[in-house]
Amino acid sequence: MTALAQAWRSDFMWSFRHSPVAVVSFFMVLVLVSGAVFAPLVAPHNPFDPASLNLMNGFSQPMQPNAFTGDVFWLGTDDQGRDVFSTILYGMRISLFVGFCAVLFAMVLGVTLGLIAGYSGGMVSTVIMRIADVQLTFPAILVAMLIFGIAKGFTPVHLRDQMAIWVLILAIGLSDWVQFARVVRGATMVEKRKEYVQAAHLNGRKAVGIMIRHILPNVVGPVLVIATISLALAIIAEATLSFLGVGAPPTQPSLGTLIRIGQGFLFSGEWWILFFPAVTLLALALSVNLLGDWLRDVLNPRLR
Amino acid sequence: MLAFTIRRVFQSFVVLLVVGLVAFSMFRFVGDPIENMLGQERTGADIERLRTQLGLDQPFPVQYLRFLEGAVQGNFGVSYRQGRPVAEIIGERLPATLELAGVSAVLAIFFGLVLGVFTAIRRDGWAANTIMTLSLVGVSLPTFLIGILLIYVFAVELNVLPSFGRGEVIDLGWWRTGFLTESGLKALILPSITLGLYQMTLIMRLVRSEMLEVLRQDYIRFARARGLKEKSVLFRHALKNTLVPVITVTGLQLGAIIAFAIITETVFQWPGVGLLFINAIQFVDIPVMAAYLMLISVLFVAINLVVDLLYFVIDPRLRGDRVTAKG
Repeated sequence: MTALAQAWRSDFMWSFRHSPVAVVSFFMVLVLVSGAVFAPLVAPHNPFDPASLNLMNGFSQPMQPNAFTGDVFWLGTDDQGRDVFSTILYGMRISLFVGFCAVLFAMVLGVTLGLIAGYSGGMVSTVIMRIADVQLTFPAILVAMLIFGIAKGFTPVHLRDQMAIWVLILAIGLSDWVQFARVVRGATMVEKRKEYVQAAHLNGRKAVGIMIRHILPNVVGPVLVIATISLALAIIAEATLSFLGVGAPPTQPSLGTLIRIGQGFLFSGEWWILFFPAVTLLALALSVNLLGDWLRDVLNPRLR
Repeated sequence: MLAFTIRRVFQSFVVLLVVGLVAFSMFRFVGDPIENMLGQERTGADIERLRTQLGLDQPFPVQYLRFLEGAVQGNFGVSYRQGRPVAEIIGERLPATLELAGVSAVLAIFFGLVLGVFTAIRRDGWAANTIMTLSLVGVSLPTFLIGILLIYVFAVELNVLPSFGRGEVIDLGWWRTGFLTESGLKALILPSITLGLYQMTLIMRLVRSEMLEVLRQDYIRFARARGLKEKSVLFRHALKNTLVPVITVTGLQLGAIIAFAIITETVFQWPGVGLLFINAIQFVDIPVMAAYLMLISVLFVAINLVVDLLYFVIDPRLRGDRVTAKG
């Protein structure tokens, strides 16, 4: 039996094949993510190349030839004649990039602090968890806004637009580490008492080595579940911040920025500039969320 | 109970001191206050004089204590952008936010409780199932999209409700209210629904699951066996016992409502403190950001404290020695 066939028959794949929600949302995520990753190949236009834009194409309706040029755009164009479909693909790229990086950052930070707190206990643990408690008192989105504002104050004015994406990753990541730290700390405290850890300790392993080589692999399951759910939250948080105008700049529009821009055209009847980015955002967040829910049930039925 | 209260108040105090330190550090280290206050034509002597005058030559702890002293008196300095005292700007805008948050909270609690009880009693009915499915959609929709959707339907297509602002307000001297004019009330409808919807679904789902849990218990069966009226069983026996977790979550959600008001206020251009905060972030107006942070923290900490103490009022089982002994 080949490794692939074996993987196909595993419990994990079995429950995947037998959950229509998981299959549908997985393919949805796959389509959206590949659309974003291969945006330069898929997108009919490059919205950031001024040479490919024609102002005469502005406000083309979806699927209808433009009154002046006769060009047809699937999802219409915005005020500057940019193809909405292409801007969505490029926007999704930024949304996903920020989402992935922020979750990765939160995960590394949270897991590290959680391991340290769980393994060492005592004062260190108290201090880390107290910080976590205080941060949990405030909604994550508020913390992210605040960090964004402070970080913006530190960046020199001429670099602000270029740095905005990284500041955004920092802000969302820092607002989201608590979940990881709490779960990893709890799991570490349980694992720490088990015999294999004590054996490693008696073998003269250093604490750092035990944490990384022995405990970490055993707490990875719940971490992955939280990471998936965090990804959906991070995508929405990014969209919200960008929508509020404290996120991705108009020069690098994410889905949230596109919705912000589109809102301005709602009253004049150009609904498609707003509608399609909003639907894409919803589809993205919803499918990642459903996939995360399924993963949670499969990997750890006890985790709520 | 007394020991618990004292410890809880002390904890709240520590949290506020920490947040105060963050707010103060923003003042001190993000940008140079002197740069922000003096114009282009400054001399070295000017800078030195202002530094001494503002106390910036003092050691860090002394500066922090001074900041706290000012903060307690409501003095947060002058907005970099508007050039007016921050306390004055916030005082002007706070009523708008509190009115919006208050109406949303009342809507969320009322409909959350009613729908939660309803979906628990008729758990297999089509209406309850529809409501539960809709609530899932409501939870997944980002707040700002709900706001935009409502604007599109009621302001653009139907053109019956205003899409931005507070409408006419009446000045009561220290409080400008939108409750007393028709346009003010109309302007409240869409923003308060937007803000309250998410909290309503949360409360509803919680009440439902708690009710289902409680309705399974023996004392409910006995109450029915005693021939009590169904209404009395549901509301006097069952609902009362679901209230402890509901109050915890609802209390914490009240804080969230004030924070999420930032998003709603931006969508509807509601002239409250949330919109002020967003503008402050865009223009890096540190004094406004710091003051908003302090204001929100005081509210949050106060709400948490009240919720914790409310347990004792609601649940008589918690009173007495057992709890104090436990820790």
